[in-house]
Amino acid sequence: MNGFFEFHFYLFSLLAIASALLFVTRKNPVPAALWLVNVMIALAGLYVMLDAPFVGIIQVLVYAGAIMVVFVFVVMLLNLGRSGISDFRSLGSRLGAGAVGLALLANLLVVQRQNIPRIALAPETDNVVDAVAASLFTDYIVAFELTSLVLLVAVIGAVLLAKKRVRL
Amino acid sequence: MIAEALIVSAILFVIGVVGVLTRRNAIILFMCAELMLNAVNLSFVAFAKLHNVTGQVFVVMVMTIAAAEAAVGLAILISVFRHFGTVDLSSIRTLRG
Repeated sequence: MNGFFEFHFYLFSLLAIASALLFVTRKNPVPAALWLVNVMIALAGLYVMLDAPFVGIIQVLVYAGAIMVVFVFVVMLLNLGRSGISDFRSLGSRLGAGAVGLALLANLLVVQRQNIPRIALAPETDNVVDAVAASLFTDYIVAFELTSLVLLVAVIGAVLLAKKRVRL
Repeated sequence: MIAEALIVSAILFVIGVVGVLTRRNAIILFMCAELMLNAVNLSFVAFAKLHNVTGQVFVVMVMTIAAAEAAVGLAILISVFRHFGTVDLSSIRTLRG
């Protein structure tokens, strides 16, 4: 791994973490959503660094493009963008949440230290998209088809829930 | 590089957890859940580099489920807002329809 890749890996990592911190501290939902888009685009860069360009592109298209647009659309629909009042919980519960977060982080880092070699072992594949497609449409075809069913149910459920009166 | 990616993933996940624990706005809570899903996706991609490409298949699945979850969750949120007039979780206390 040469210096160019290493520099950009750390750059995208810092960008993701800084944007996530800014996202979680914004009072207004609209800037929060935009910082979350920033996190997702930085993560897309990290995916490309980790030999997953297909997932990176899907990340930008689906997460940053589609899902976050739905979030911002709902903020606009409910007219929540101008709320000046803070929605943070009290100082005590914030300190408690910080303690829980630190404990969880320590936990995760200790778990990750176990038996993870620092070098890549997988053979370099020429075409990652081919490999993903082959795996997705052969080994995981049942899960793939079930995902389409989940999406159908989600569409029907969303329409039914967001309608004016729900009669069941 | 994989160890670093996993550390970034852990930090992002914890930021999402702390966000869920400290905020009361339901939309922000949903976005924190998306952040946690993204952190897990980063772990999947890092392990896909370590082992084989299956991790990336799982990321595609997670993204699809996240899209479905966002659609249904936001529809519920619109329904809740219509009923209570707010999305502040501390003022949504009753389960009666």
